[in-house]
Amino acid sequence: MAKRIDAKNLDIYYGKFLAVSEVSFTIAPRSVTAFIGPSGCGKSTVLRTINRMHEVITGAHVKGDLLLDGENIYDSAIDPVEVRRTIGMVFQRPNPFPTMSIYDNVAAGLKLQSGRLKKSDLDDTVEKSLRGANLWEEVKNRLGKPGAGLSGGQQQRLCIARAIAVEPQVLLMDEPCSALDPISTLAIEDLIQSLKEKYTIVIVTHNMQQAARVSERTAFFNLAGVGKPGKLVEIDETQKIFSNPSDPRTEDYISGRFG
Amino acid sequence: MTTAAALTSTLAGASKGGLRSFKNSLATVLVSASFCVALIPLVWLLWTVVSKGLKTITTSQWWTHSQRSITFRRPGGGVSHAILGTAEQVLVCTIISVPIALLVAIFLIEYGGGALAKVTSFMVDILTGIPSIVAALFIYAVFITTLGGQRAGIYVSLALVMLMVPVIVRTTEEMLKLVPNELREASYALGVPKWKTITKIVLPTAYSGIVTGVMLGVARVAGETAPLLILVGYSPDTNSNLLSGFQGSLPGMIYSQVPQLGNKRFHYAADRLWGTALTLILIVMVLNVGARLIARRSKIAN
Repeated sequence: MAKRIDAKNLDIYYGKFLAVSEVSFTIAPRSVTAFIGPSGCGKSTVLRTINRMHEVITGAHVKGDLLLDGENIYDSAIDPVEVRRTIGMVFQRPNPFPTMSIYDNVAAGLKLQSGRLKKSDLDDTVEKSLRGANLWEEVKNRLGKPGAGLSGGQQQRLCIARAIAVEPQVLLMDEPCSALDPISTLAIEDLIQSLKEKYTIVIVTHNMQQAARVSERTAFFNLAGVGKPGKLVEIDETQKIFSNPSDPRTEDYISGRFG
Repeated sequence: MTTAAALTSTLAGASKGGLRSFKNSLATVLVSASFCVALIPLVWLLWTVVSKGLKTITTSQWWTHSQRSITFRRPGGGVSHAILGTAEQVLVCTIISVPIALLVAIFLIEYGGGALAKVTSFMVDILTGIPSIVAALFIYAVFITTLGGQRAGIYVSLALVMLMVPVIVRTTEEMLKLVPNELREASYALGVPKWKTITKIVLPTAYSGIVTGVMLGVARVAGETAPLLILVGYSPDTNSNLLSGFQGSLPGMIYSQVPQLGNKRFHYAADRLWGTALTLILIVMVLNVGARLIARRSKIAN
């Protein structure tokens, strides 16, 4: 299921503005990688280039290669819609579809991607995804109720269920806990631990403790200065980044001397 | 020393607080007064129409009869011919306008940004300000003068389209802007193509607002009189054919009875005028309430 991600010399532009430059990394399948760094350093931008979501903004484009199991997703023959079916995403703020019930929210990806589906298959997928997102027990008796009626933490798990219902290979998470309380955060972090057995996970977080808790590898991004592009400073084992980073800038950041 | 300083500052604070609460009261009074002033003409108008028209619309013939062979001197008759004409003209107008207006609004909000969008938006602005009589003259010039058609109800519908489209475009645009971008992104991230995101996520989220916009459009055109006078005339008889002949309509009927308004000898005609006005208001109101109920029912109960 899970796939490997290789970035090779990625330059990311918004129009003519170079937002992030010379990013190269390798992310192993079935692992959790955390992106950390100060605000505006481009970690969310890099995350969004992995499933070509940054292209939603007019003028945004990328130079360099991004390989998914060796296949360049920026090849001109590749449809960005197909890329996003393979690489799912969870956003900073829970964003369930307000007009849909809990059931329909989870089924939305499947229903909207392809036409007719068997009701029983759909039922199975919805249950499996909600169980996968640790939400099934809480909502199984009110699947017909609106998704927007759940608590913030539940909504975020609903969004994760919605993302995994389409069976992606990779799951991108853009600060998934920043709008949640500590208990809901814990629930999501536990969920990430169980999801990594099936998916390659990349998570952007501002919370360094969270990066230390959930990830195996951590990438530190930094900004050279105002108006200059963000850069990947280093990517290494999480334990090494937080105990003995190779780059002094990383040490400054994680020890709180900067940022 | 310190106590004195603290005291003065407290006092200054108190007097400032007094001034502030006075300003607050003043603003409250002004706002409430303006509200009441704005309400006066509305209540007055409703009261006039209801008090003068109620006895007419509650007669047994009103909803079922036309004005066939009813002269100004005679009592009786009804508005069925006028309701039929207005309903047909507005219905056809709505059927033509809604798809055009929705597509324009979707283009401007979801695909906009280019030069074409700017020009389109500017055109919609201009169209919003077009007086109905100009729209009617345009249709007359194109279809009757140039293409040689005869005056008919369908041309009224076409003139009304020009008035209805900008109203629906503007309200739909506002509603689409209210749909959070996060929902579009959530849908794209699931691998849903853009057109399906628009039809299955964006439009349903904005649905009730769009319905309200359509109803505003209907209310805007249902009472338009200039296109009727220019493009179809008025017939006291029932004519269900949109394609030929004079046709009755509610504004047309009001207009036809106006000359008798101050005339004591023809007080039946004056009664019918107020009855027709009340009927028009009621129909627009019923449509509005109905549309709101439909919009509410179609949404998942929160």
